[in-house]
Amino acid sequence: MRRDTLLIRSIQFGLLAILFGIWWFVAHSSQRLLLLLPPPELVWTQMQFLWTSGRLASAALITVEEIVKAYAIAASGGIVVGFLVARSRNLMRIFEPMLAGLFAVPLTLFFPLFVVFFGIGPESKVAYGATYSFFPIALNTIAGFAGVDELYLRSVRSMGASSLQQLRYVYLPAAMPVTLTGLRIGFFICIASVLGGETLAAAAGIGKSIALAAELMETSRLYAWIAFVVIVSVMLNLMALAAETRSERKRG
Amino acid sequence: MMSATQVRLVRLALIVALIVLWEFYARFISTSSLVAGPSDVAMAWWPKVIGDARVLTAVGVTLIELAVAFAMSVIFGMLIGVLIGLSDIGRRSLYPLVLMLYGIPQAILLPLFVLVFGLGPASKIAFGFSHGIFPVIVNTIAGMRNVSPLLMAGAAAMGASRAQQVRHVIFPHMVTTVFAGLRLAMTLTLLGVVLAEIFVSQGGVGFFTLLYSETFNPAALMALVLTLALMAIALNELVRLVEARFSRWKD
Repeated sequence: MRRDTLLIRSIQFGLLAILFGIWWFVAHSSQRLLLLLPPPELVWTQMQFLWTSGRLASAALITVEEIVKAYAIAASGGIVVGFLVARSRNLMRIFEPMLAGLFAVPLTLFFPLFVVFFGIGPESKVAYGATYSFFPIALNTIAGFAGVDELYLRSVRSMGASSLQQLRYVYLPAAMPVTLTGLRIGFFICIASVLGGETLAAAAGIGKSIALAAELMETSRLYAWIAFVVIVSVMLNLMALAAETRSERKRG
Repeated sequence: MMSATQVRLVRLALIVALIVLWEFYARFISTSSLVAGPSDVAMAWWPKVIGDARVLTAVGVTLIELAVAFAMSVIFGMLIGVLIGLSDIGRRSLYPLVLMLYGIPQAILLPLFVLVFGLGPASKIAFGFSHGIFPVIVNTIAGMRNVSPLLMAGAAAMGASRAQQVRHVIFPHMVTTVFAGLRLAMTLTLLGVVLAEIFVSQGGVGFFTLLYSETFNPAALMALVLTLALMAIALNELVRLVEARFSRWKD
């Protein structure tokens, strides 16, 4: 088993090293490629520049603020709507297919409308991100609360549990895992849609900086911005994965 | 408990009520010229948006971009998925890397795609492909794991070659999972194509969404966007129908 893990890790890191080597080799083999594929060390210089000059921090501040606002709206709205809809079978049968159907449409289609209504500033990105991530959160909250086993409810009721106690001891623990999954999916969708919105139309932020670097053909700076986002998103993914594995182990 | 018809009626009534409210708001309450009511949208829809041959061509261009990107996602995604999923070591070492890549918000790569593939359809196809391929890979790998080892051992004992095992045992069992991936891939490919269209476009729908937003024509913009949304729903249903056709062997 341990030998296996070692082999798997070496395949993974070997592959990444090979890709990195190809990048270095191809970038250095021809001057013509400089515009599309700058060598790694140039990108590294740009990353240091963005970090020390404070440009990264000021752009990230705007983007993070948009993400936090959008996510706060989506999470509270999604959980409240999901909880209310899941209260009754009939409401669920009316609303659940509508929400699922809307979520299947790429909401990016509506992004121009967000810009027309909310302007080019942070508001349009907040509204767009909040709308997009509302759906997975609401849908999973519905699924979580609807999946509560009727048997548990009947038994605590027969033991005389008040509705508050039912909520505290049956509904919440049973609905928690699925709802948390929705919150996690919603979080990553929120990040992606805010960054996407910024790339399409914004005055400032990470996405805007990326679009601007491409427009000005500053490719090594473009790669540097992309590298920062990739690093952060890989770290967030690893954290989510670790949290998930831990909670799965806890439930056994 | 309501009957299925009652549920449908209530849903319909809700949608009608929303449209009426929206019309009422646009007509009597809102003073903003940016709010277009349903009647304005409907009036803009016929002669101006769908009646315009240039818009129809643009929709056609976008549909072709989508079709090519989706076909490439399915072919390459299943190929890569099968290659990774065939061996245990391959799956355990490469699957996490695929998931990592899938988790990156791809929108940040859009300007790079345009830089590399140009302003035309190629960048839309490439961006749609890079969105669509991941759910196909992931669900192909997941689908291959669903096959019971007993069936594989049975086929092997009867002398099935590796290719025959893939064709007669693995493929039929993958259908459900893979089609869930295909549905997601359709949504994501469309997302990628539309993102790239809105970012920069010469002949696709993105050109007109930009035109309508910059000339402050919300009714036409909404008519076009709603048309595209309806098309997205129709495409989704299409994949679902094909899925039903391929899962028939189970019954």
